Amino acid sequence: MGAEDRLTTILNRHRGREGALLPILHDVQAGFGHVSETAVRAIADDLNLTRAEVHGVVTFYHDFRAEKLDRPCIKLCEAEACQARGVAELRVLADAQSRVRVEPIYCLGLCSIGPAAMVGHDVHARLDVGSFAALIAGQQ
Amino acid sequence: MIVRISDDAAALACGADAVAAAFEAAGQPVQRVSSWGMHWLEPIVDVDGVGYARATVALVPAILAGTAETIGAIASYPFIARQTRLTFARAGKTRPLSLDDYAATGGWVGLAAARARGPAETLETVLQSGLRGRGGAGFPTGIKWKTVAAAAADRRYIVCNADEGDSGTFADRMVMEGDPFMLIEGMAIAAHAVAAGKGYIYIRSEYPHAIAKMEAAIGLAAPIVAPFEVEVRVGAGAYVCGEETSLLNSLEGKRGEVRAKPPLPAHEGLFGRPTVINNVLTLAAVPWIMANGAHAYADFGMGRSRGTIPIQLAGNIRHGGLFETAFGISLGELVRDIGGGTVSGRPVRAVQVGGPLGAYHPPSQFDLAFDYETFAESDGLIGHAGIVVFDDSVDMAQQARFAMAFCAIESCGKCTPCRLGSTRGVETLDQIIAGKNVEANLALIADLSETMKFGSLCALGGFTPYPVMSAIRHFPEDFRHHSQTQGLAA
Repeated sequence: MGAEDRLTTILNRHRGREGALLPILHDVQAGFGHVSETAVRAIADDLNLTRAEVHGVVTFYHDFRAEKLDRPCIKLCEAEACQARGVAELRVLADAQSRVRVEPIYCLGLCSIGPAAMVGHDVHARLDVGSFAALIAGQQ
Repeated sequence: MIVRISDDAAALACGADAVAAAFEAAGQPVQRVSSWGMHWLEPIVDVDGVGYARATVALVPAILAGTAETIGAIASYPFIARQTRLTFARAGKTRPLSLDDYAATGGWVGLAAARARGPAETLETVLQSGLRGRGGAGFPTGIKWKTVAAAAADRRYIVCNADEGDSGTFADRMVMEGDPFMLIEGMAIAAHAVAAGKGYIYIRSEYPHAIAKMEAAIGLAAPIVAPFEVEVRVGAGAYVCGEETSLLNSLEGKRGEVRAKPPLPAHEGLFGRPTVINNVLTLAAVPWIMANGAHAYADFGMGRSRGTIPIQLAGNIRHGGLFETAFGISLGELVRDIGGGTVSGRPVRAVQVGGPLGAYHPPSQFDLAFDYETFAESDGLIGHAGIVVFDDSVDMAQQARFAMAFCAIESCGKCTPCRLGSTRGVETLDQIIAGKNVEANLALIADLSETMKFGSLCALGGFTPYPVMSAIRHFPEDFRHHSQTQGLAA
């Protein structure tokens, strides 16, 4: 299925739903890896919104990206509870390499067993420099 | 022999799936259950009620042979035995998506009671129980529900705020992953009480396991709660959407900007309709209240804080996890006796209570009782009852800076004190940390904090001064040592 058809399928899936914009954007982000300008136009047209309104929503939320990621991504919790358990050391390690994108995330709800990270839907806890380096090395 | 291993995200993050797979490979079936909340011991293997802590694949043969070291009967382990578990009564014991397990452990009794007694008596029961909003604001739930019930409307909504973004909190996640039917039952009781036809659970995208469990549970429970309908909506990584009006905008498909109040959501909420919006723990407490009565619940607690509160012990703490108890327990008892002090073994220096917007407390405040009013009087807040412990390696000037920086990252941008104040706050704290004009800049931070506290539309800008000013008040040496060294050099 071409990109246009896939987008139409997503729009059809949410037709008639109350407040459909966020569920649509989640599906587009998941399906395409980003929310492109083309997608913004199509969504705006479909929901009878202005492009500015859709653009405003896309840019408000951290989950939606305008560009595809060019590297694997690890989400590293850098909130207070993981700070208290030494995540700063892991940030140093993350910044010393560029092969994997290590994004800060503010809380995975694993606050008693941090530092914690998530890759896709896989969660990792009790990280230290050794296990975090292994996690980075394991990303294709 | 029945072997139980949790499939809660905390257990998964500690390797529970691999341990469960090793039991299956050895021919021993495993029941995947909710988590007991003793996270420092995960993954816990429960063999006919006897626990094996921090289990690994290598330990599986010894556990099967009965030769592995055990922590004894889990239910009588001190951390569990000391709790009063009403909301978390099923934790560790039942399979999250088993309707049989739920019904066998008192499930749906509260909903049946609500239906038998009718909306008016249900509202009165919730009011009399003294239940207050567990999201942090502590507003009486019964009054909120009565307001929605009394508002004239063509339709009403129940919205569950599951945007648990505060660092140091995970109780909502544990309810959704471990006991999802209880939350659905609570929402169905609310819907019955206020005549709502549709409910939404707004779950943050950082909780994929909770989303999956809730969606599966909603499908299974649909015939039981019908004609009431529940739907999961997924957040998109905005902390501010935990603020109720911002959450409602997000549900409507808009930017998660805060709305000015009034109108209250109870009058004009989701899509302009009267809306009950409650935290997960608030709604999850309701089935117990309906099943056991308002007075049984109100018998627990102190002052105007009635019932139990699921406290989350987090950060640098030896025994981290979920501790549900009646209001009134002291902060020191939680951190020292129950939490066992720091996991690093160093002295406790500061404890942040109530998430990123909560105050930092020094050990000299450990006699504070866990109660909404007591914490408010000491310039702190309970919030969602998360406790994050720091040892003596913490730099409180950096923690104050982080509070402002976090506010700047997460501000929705609607009001000026929060949007600009947080960024000016970071800059000013950077000056202080660099030892420049420290006293004048501290005065500036105090003034800025006043402006943010009283001028912001919501708790994000309004409460960021709590961690900042409490750090300055209780740990002044961390803000001034920079001036003694670098200031003199300049």
